[in-house]
Amino acid sequence: MQHYSGFGLVKHALSHHENWQRQWRNPTPKKEYDVIIVGGGGHGLATAYYLAKVHGITNVAVIEKGWLGGGNTARNTTIVRSNYLWDESAALYEHSMKLWEGLSQDLNYNVMFSQRGVLNLGHTLQDMRDIQRRVNANRLNGIDGEVLDTKGVQDIVPIMDCSKNARYPVMGASWQPRAGVARHDAVAWGYARGADARGVDILQQTEVTGFKIHDGRVVGVHTNRGDIGAKTVGCVASGNSGVLAKMAGFKLPIESHPLQALVSEPLKPVLDTVVMSNHVHGYISQSDKGDLVIGAGIDGYVGYGQRGSYATVEHTLQAIVEMFPIFSRVRMNRQWGGIVDTCPDACPILSATPVKGLFFNCGWGTGGFKATPGSGHIFAATLAKGKAHPLAAPFSIDRFHTGALVDEHGAAGVAH
Amino acid sequence: MFHIYCPYCEEHREEEEFHPKGQAHIQRPVDPEACSDEAWGDYLFFRDNPRGIHHELWVHAVGCRKFFNITRHTVSYEILETYKMGEKPSITAADLSEKDKQAGVQAASGGWQTVGARPESEALNKEARA
Ligand SMILES: Cc1cc2nc3c(=O)[nH]c(=O)nc-3n(C[C@H](O)[C@H](O)[C@H](O)COP(=O)(O)OP(=O)(O)OC[C@H]3O[C@@H](n4cnc5c(N)ncnc54)[C@H](O)[C@@H]3O)c2cc1C
Ligand SMILES: [Zn+2]
Repeated sequence: MQHYSGFGLVKHALSHHENWQRQWRNPTPKKEYDVIIVGGGGHGLATAYYLAKVHGITNVAVIEKGWLGGGNTARNTTIVRSNYLWDESAALYEHSMKLWEGLSQDLNYNVMFSQRGVLNLGHTLQDMRDIQRRVNANRLNGIDGEVLDTKGVQDIVPIMDCSKNARYPVMGASWQPRAGVARHDAVAWGYARGADARGVDILQQTEVTGFKIHDGRVVGVHTNRGDIGAKTVGCVASGNSGVLAKMAGFKLPIESHPLQALVSEPLKPVLDTVVMSNHVHGYISQSDKGDLVIGAGIDGYVGYGQRGSYATVEHTLQAIVEMFPIFSRVRMNRQWGGIVDTCPDACPILSATPVKGLFFNCGWGTGGFKATPGSGHIFAATLAKGKAHPLAAPFSIDRFHTGALVDEHGAAGVAH
Repeated sequence: MFHIYCPYCEEHREEEEFHPKGQAHIQRPVDPEACSDEAWGDYLFFRDNPRGIHHELWVHAVGCRKFFNITRHTVSYEILETYKMGEKPSITAADLSEKDKQAGVQAASGGWQTVGARPESEALNKEARA
């Protein structure tokens, strides 16, 4: 692998940047691998990277039906935070946050992780009580957080309408200074490059169409490019996880919904933090390129079409304009949808399944980008050892039968 | 944006008048006290979530406020039919064309599903269970 550095940049400038090495190979599938990862999004690629790097397992394939990182990894609004309420989820997301903090160095790839802070607004008394409870829980778990009042919020975001007569009055917010955003594509590419360099085969344009199962144990997958054998298979397919589970003969407690986002034309720097409001289902930040990145709530119906209803977008923009009247004449550039795998308790599933050797990592729903490094790290450990990593243990699929849910939905009104 | 025919109002109305309420025809266990944790968990949390034909419950929230059912394709989003509570869908898995089946289009069965999405995985699953 070619090491990236400032010196390299200057050196390649001399040859007009025409001789950069390709970041990953385009290999032909082998007959058999030790581990197959289904799904070449950020989580799948991170899993492969840590399998090779931490566990020395390099006979690995990542199978992706489209192009790598073209699923929700490419479609999300890139908010990274770890201020979740319950101990189990806080530990999971904080583990990820710590990996984010050294990720660019670890990957030798600039993932543009920017800790510009995240505000979760409170618009009602109940919002504020929930915020206080959550911030206290965060601090007990060693996660940074503060409760801000209206003035505290206004100081951080002067352009927001924090007046008494605002349609959605801002009563305060939780503030996590270490939170922020990262460059989604760079995360997928950085992990892909790191995994490829260690011997992982990344097979794009290859769709898994079924599983080879013998005596209740997975022995490989069927694909549109032929059968490929494997001792262990990990599925990391976000919105299509249920489709894969059905191929393997079981169901997941997951529903797939469209989630939409949009970006505006590029503007001069005007918003240097991330503002989220669960109450009005809107959140906004400004990318380094200058466009406003705006996300909506999910469309309530089941859908796989990677598009949602126009009304959802309109509803979000109404709220954004109420909160930021300054943006009322900004033009929107592009709009899209991704298919998110929502779980009843708004927490992921990192779990063994009824099929031996077949593991699922899914259910991240509307908020899994922030978990990409942590999810890959502990899922790799789970696949390598054949049993749940301690941080993954509470997120077994069994919880929907035992009742031991990790109810972030009810507790923190989790969005993204 | 959906244009939805409410079988009670007998009119097409805009999507914003309605709310989706999830999978239709889910049966509550007859005797909850006696059913297993597994059966109860399945009832509460596990859904068909098909990539294809889906029977789902909607409510005409700002219209007649009645619940009714829609059969809809979850990839094309096409609404195939709407029907009243208590009625059965007329479009089901059996109506899937051969082409759909080849392409892996799924249909909700409204029960614990142990069938693979594709013919070849169905056979394998049978083998695995045997
Ligand atoms: C609009 C939107 C905004 C979001 N905002 C945020 C946010 O601000 N912060 C946050 O933390 N999270 C956010 N999320 C959620 C986040 O994007 C996801 O949780 C996360 O990216 C999931 O990563 P992944 O690698 O698991 O899935 P993906 O990136 O979706 O990768 C799964 C891959 O599996 C492939 N696949 C599926 N089926 C098959 C098959 N049969 N064979 C082969 N390959 C297959 C797909 O092609 C896909 O590339 C948002 C999501 C959306 C849609
Ligand atoms: Zn009606």
